[in-house]
Amino acid sequence: MNKPHDDRSLHGATALPEAFSRWFAARGWQPRDHQLDLLARTEAGSSVLLIAPTGAGKTLAGFMPSLVDLAQRGKRKPGAAGRGVHTLYISPLKALAVDIERNLTKPVTEMALPIAIETRTGDTPSSKRQRQRQMPPDILLTTPEQLSLLLASKDAERFFADLRFVVFDELHSLVTSKRGQLLSLALARLRRFVPDLRTIGLSATVAEPDQLRRWLVNQNPPGRMAELITVEGGAKPEITILDSVERVPWAGHSARYSVPEIYQSILDHKTTLLFVNTRSQAEFLFQELWHANEDNLPIALHHGSLDVAQRRRVEKAMETNSLRAIVATSTLDLGIDWGDVDLVVHVGAPKGASRLAQRIGRSNHRMDEPSRAILVPANRFEVLECRAALEANYLGAQDTPPIGEGGLDVLAQHVMGMACAEPFDADELYEEIISASPYAALTRETFDRVVDFVATGGYALKTYERFARIRQTKDGRWRVSHPSVAQQYRLNVGTIVEAPMLNLRLVGKRGRGRLMGGGALGKVEEYFIETLKQGDTFIFAGMVVRFEGIRENEAYVSHAPGADAFVPAYGGSKFPLSTYLASEVRAILADPRRWKSLPPQVAEWLTLQKLKSLLPGRDDLLIETFPRGKRFYLVAYPFAGRLAHQTLGMLLTRRMERGGARPMGFVATDYSMAIWGLRDMGEMHRSGELTFADLFDEDMLGDDLDAWLADSWLLKRTFRNCAVIAGLIERRHPGKEKTGRQVTVSADLIYDVLRSHDPDHILLQATRTDAASGLLDVRRLAEMLSRIRGRIVHKQLERISPLAVPIMLEIGKERVPGEADDVLLGETAESLIDEAMGTR
Amino acid sequence: MTATARDHASRFSATSESVVAGERMVCDVRGAIHFPEIGLLAVSDLHLEKGSRHARRGWLLPPYDTGATLEKLAGVIEDYRPKIVVSLGDSFDDVGGAARMPDIYRTRLLELMRGRDWIWVAGNHDPEKPADLPGGTVSELAVGPLVFRHEPSKGRLAGEIAGHLHPGARIVQRGRSVRRRCFASDGARLIMPAFGAFTGALNVLDRAFSDMFCPDNLVAYMMGDGRLYPMNRRLLHAD
Repeated sequence: MNKPHDDRSLHGATALPEAFSRWFAARGWQPRDHQLDLLARTEAGSSVLLIAPTGAGKTLAGFMPSLVDLAQRGKRKPGAAGRGVHTLYISPLKALAVDIERNLTKPVTEMALPIAIETRTGDTPSSKRQRQRQMPPDILLTTPEQLSLLLASKDAERFFADLRFVVFDELHSLVTSKRGQLLSLALARLRRFVPDLRTIGLSATVAEPDQLRRWLVNQNPPGRMAELITVEGGAKPEITILDSVERVPWAGHSARYSVPEIYQSILDHKTTLLFVNTRSQAEFLFQELWHANEDNLPIALHHGSLDVAQRRRVEKAMETNSLRAIVATSTLDLGIDWGDVDLVVHVGAPKGASRLAQRIGRSNHRMDEPSRAILVPANRFEVLECRAALEANYLGAQDTPPIGEGGLDVLAQHVMGMACAEPFDADELYEEIISASPYAALTRETFDRVVDFVATGGYALKTYERFARIRQTKDGRWRVSHPSVAQQYRLNVGTIVEAPMLNLRLVGKRGRGRLMGGGALGKVEEYFIETLKQGDTFIFAGMVVRFEGIRENEAYVSHAPGADAFVPAYGGSKFPLSTYLASEVRAILADPRRWKSLPPQVAEWLTLQKLKSLLPGRDDLLIETFPRGKRFYLVAYPFAGRLAHQTLGMLLTRRMERGGARPMGFVATDYSMAIWGLRDMGEMHRSGELTFADLFDEDMLGDDLDAWLADSWLLKRTFRNCAVIAGLIERRHPGKEKTGRQVTVSADLIYDVLRSHDPDHILLQATRTDAASGLLDVRRLAEMLSRIRGRIVHKQLERISPLAVPIMLEIGKERVPGEADDVLLGETAESLIDEAMGTR
Repeated sequence: MTATARDHASRFSATSESVVAGERMVCDVRGAIHFPEIGLLAVSDLHLEKGSRHARRGWLLPPYDTGATLEKLAGVIEDYRPKIVVSLGDSFDDVGGAARMPDIYRTRLLELMRGRDWIWVAGNHDPEKPADLPGGTVSELAVGPLVFRHEPSKGRLAGEIAGHLHPGARIVQRGRSVRRRCFASDGARLIMPAFGAFTGALNVLDRAFSDMFCPDNLVAYMMGDGRLYPMNRRLLHAD
């Protein structure tokens, strides 16, 4: 962690207590500049944001002020009152907290410091939790949810009275989510207990550090930001794009072509980490490698849906360096320090450049040696994206999503928690809440509506006064009306609303098709199972399985050896192409001089496109139209990411429908979008009947968006999350669903009723805000539409262009989730009629 | 897309005529059945005041479910102008439901009841007569060849109209799954969908329905947006 350095006498080890200097000296180390710098600034009373690459001794730096302060504090006098927690460490991952406990205990033990370090996570046994309340450790390592729970308890103020430092690890990843919003509110409460609390944020490189610097300190009123310490990265990573002798496919996400070459790389290295974007890609790659594994190398699979016991086995094997390769999804993304990885292979497009940086950081966890990484694009557009990502990484460009305004659902949960802790005064709580940076702009009126929501649901129809969860007492404070309310809060705390999951169980078939019990394979999203028919095959836990049926909350599958997986492996990319990468891809596309760095087959593809159609300029939007079969196609290339394209497709088809273009359907990828219909849209544009300028006008984000949104499944899904977080509906606890579907009230039904009877309800407001920024990516779409105004380039073609081939191959394979249910009902029922009438 | 939806329009409509035990009836997409010869309209499982029942337990669901359900019921009653209305059990979500009902909704319900015979069939959620409301309460009702009761009897039984199970059906088409409430009938008996705004559905292929229908004749009339889609057993999928 700390290697010998040159002369650092400027700071020297003298600023440190003796135990520390001795410890560093005994190892032939010196404290690093940023470690001492951070110590000095916190000693001066400041909060600090430390931005440093992986392997820079960031964690030790973050704890240095606490360790030094605790070492100097001296022993508790006999008979004196017990001490509260001195330092809180908050990590986004339970596993990270456990990891840090191990890494921190080592130096503390070696220096013989009288410091108690403990973790508190969802896995901590209740006896230990009880004991921690009575006798808190000096340093408590925990998660945002556990912190909220601690703050919602009656003795919170006493528990945190002696708090000096809060260390936030992986702050860049925490702040962009609802968890980060909840955490910011928790921090506001801690600051009320301890006004001179010092915060330390540890972060990877971000585009706008000032957002994080504000996040760390009081914003009511906004004073100085937290101080910034930046550590420059060490050796540049050696990244290459797989230069395959095989043909890179036009479309698809499997990267099957590359498996022999990936296998060779595994053979050539000690330990290889293979990252993919989705669980199904991980399953697919693992299986393909298994087929190629003639040397019987120990290769393992790791993703969040696998059974916990299986994941632990893999992690254990990684720690002991007994694996040659691990295929993993983002479960292994954050800075957990395992094993001696000397190669990272990234299969599929890396999407955001900062994701890439994070993942490459995995290999060779020592800052001064270069990491080695190979990017493996799964199709030709991904070749362009990998190229762009690669250049971006060298440029050090980083893009993290901006920290949005705090959600009202999150606020509602927090307000309830605060009432559980102690009766609150609304004026005081409001002042406290706007000290958190995501809520700095919250108006008093909105805050009051949230309190009203927490109390009686906030409905225009006031019929729930007698069921109020919190009530005002005579002195004006809000108090929980019944202990069961606090109990309900505790069971539903947190902002992570998992997609409903089903346990996947392997069963064998016994006589008369009866299913006999078998082992748990892991968990799978309910929405995925929903699309399956009995007998459909898919890949899970590295094998092909056949779907047999669902009982309660378990999905049954049986072995299907030798069968081909029928269900397409790819469930869609979770991470949209970042704005920065998209613009880089367009730049490469527009500039033939840059094609030299591309594999010859990809350069050829682009040359052909130039010949047959045209290549758009960096800021242009290319639209191609051509006939094919009995239909007319329109393909646009906005490069705005799949979510934004899906929203665009929905809105465009609505407009075309109105304009008489008779669209039949559309499909969207990260790079382009295709619409097909019964009329020639290119001709309509040329004749002026329906011009593309009108079609792509920004005003589609007004009424059209509102109208479509109103009954979009996307909004319903978002509503469900908001309703769970806000405490309107019960969180589904896996494995504890006692009742069947017909008994629980589904969020969809609540949404429908609420929308028609109380359209301005605060939860609907929260839902619309969420959907616009999340699943719909309206912000991206708006940026794109404004960028291409007056820059649409149309090419009317006789036939499909080379650039259009990838998306045309997606048609039919793609599930279009937005398509109206009634169309599907109609089709299904018609198949029956057609059969009866002999038309089929 | 919408263009295709329009193409289907000619073939499917908001009502579907069929025959149960020889009696002509109309299934309405809103979840009601009407017997024109008798002038009888039946709805089942209104589960009024389900929202407030949850509210009592600390889950403040919107208090509009009763209003939404009654508005839908008013629409059906206005269209068919029945002489008799049968509410086939679980009219209220619990025994205290009728007493909790806000006055605006009580007034609305009384308006709907005025001038016609109204029969509350007892259900498992509301075994007693609803508080302070007119209408007769019975455990079951026989009309000609038909018997109306809340819980369907086991085995195949001709002429029974029941509710309780909240039938729903599921199809899988083009990689998408659609689940809707439905009327379930094999021509001999009928199980009605739940009418209430907050009521869910149980798949007709679930064990709870086993042996109730002649499988070859089972049709699920799935409730789409404004249209009913008849599906036979072969097109349906279990959950």
